[in-house]
Amino acid sequence: MDSEKSSEHIETLLGDALELYGYDFTGYSRASLKRRILRLYVLDRFVSFAEFRYRIRTDAIYFKRFIEQITINVTEMFRDPEFYKALRTEILPMLGTYPFIRIWVAGCSTGEEAYSVAIILKELNLLKKSLIYATDINSRVLEKASQAMFPIAYMKQYSENYIAAGGIENFSDYYSANYSLAKLNDELKSKTIFSTHNLASENSFNEFQLILCRNVNIYFDRDLQLKVFELFDDSLENLGYIGLGSKETLEFSTISRKYKKVSSTKIWRKISE
Amino acid sequence: MKQCDALIIGGSAGSLDVLFQVLPFIKSDIAFAIIIVLHRKAGNDSILPGLLNFKTKLQVREVEEKEKILAATIYIAPSDYHLLIENDHTFSLDRSEKVNYSRPSIDVTFQSAAEVYKDHLVCLLLSGSNIDGIEGLKRVKYFGGKVIIQNPESAAMPYMPAQAELNVDVDKILPINEMADYINALSQF
Repeated sequence: MDSEKSSEHIETLLGDALELYGYDFTGYSRASLKRRILRLYVLDRFVSFAEFRYRIRTDAIYFKRFIEQITINVTEMFRDPEFYKALRTEILPMLGTYPFIRIWVAGCSTGEEAYSVAIILKELNLLKKSLIYATDINSRVLEKASQAMFPIAYMKQYSENYIAAGGIENFSDYYSANYSLAKLNDELKSKTIFSTHNLASENSFNEFQLILCRNVNIYFDRDLQLKVFELFDDSLENLGYIGLGSKETLEFSTISRKYKKVSSTKIWRKISE
Repeated sequence: MKQCDALIIGGSAGSLDVLFQVLPFIKSDIAFAIIIVLHRKAGNDSILPGLLNFKTKLQVREVEEKEKILAATIYIAPSDYHLLIENDHTFSLDRSEKVNYSRPSIDVTFQSAAEVYKDHLVCLLLSGSNIDGIEGLKRVKYFGGKVIIQNPESAAMPYMPAQAELNVDVDKILPINEMADYINALSQF
């Protein structure tokens, strides 16, 4: 793709995605999105922008690949252990006093964060009265998420993260090895519902006591971030919590006056309606 | 060369010591931002900005996402994120796959900045034993920016700047003791 015109081309493709498929990426940060699209263009060996665009416009199956490749699905279990330690020691015990706990993991990708939360809930004896709604824009990653199978080579890192996050059990008890894959115990997904949800265009679908949306907003521009925070505010009970990624904040947003940071990590509590 | 709006410094093994030697001599009224992308182990600690703060009169900040890029400020790429530059001269962060086994990757920042700053960009590649940064420097040249490298002979790990010298049309090769003067002079363009 011609470097000089690539920015224009990107806007054309975003227009196509919205017009033909109803996917709105226009609120995404351009630098990262552009890098992902150019990467896909090279990876799939297109020879011209026209050919790339034609394929996207006419081949709905290829468009699925487009979505899968331009959104970022890199994740880990217990990534940023300090955050999970705060969930374990401060937030979830507080929510444990409720009769029923509803958690939304927004932008869950292949499910590692949702399963990490499920493990902590289980260890706190709260899993039975909890429901985790794990959503993502991308239906393919959700299929992977519901399979609960991850490369066994990752387990060493996950186990280290788990211990750093205050885990006290034997992490390997949570999965069974199957050749090169580790399959998480079924119990861990017994309370999780995986479903597609597009933060850029869909509304609130339930009310929660905890919303986790970590390293998702960094891909959105400020306007879309504001919109997403308002969606979260609409979806959060009073005194509920929002957890964000380690470089994200809601301080700039219109909802910030209702929220108070309650932990040394990125967790805020809703203190007024 | 047009006026320099941003100097991006990329470094890997052996580069922190170079920064400790050079930053104390950078003037506090430079007309451009300094953006530093260093390879280091992922972790929640943000000790690097503190360490560098001791060495300079300039303000040192670890990048916050969507932050506006200002002159006479030193920005540090946070660990475990790629750092990109938007057209409106704000930062974006990205937690996608590692590039050249690195996150932050120097290539990612150089490539992203190359298109935004074009001939208002200077990139400096320091010591390292990786090839991260080389592809990025090619983009910087393509868009009219300026490429300088640490003299490999003065580098604790010469491989990275040596690869740049072999593969990129480098504008200037600098030993450590000439870097501060060169950087200060970029304000005069």
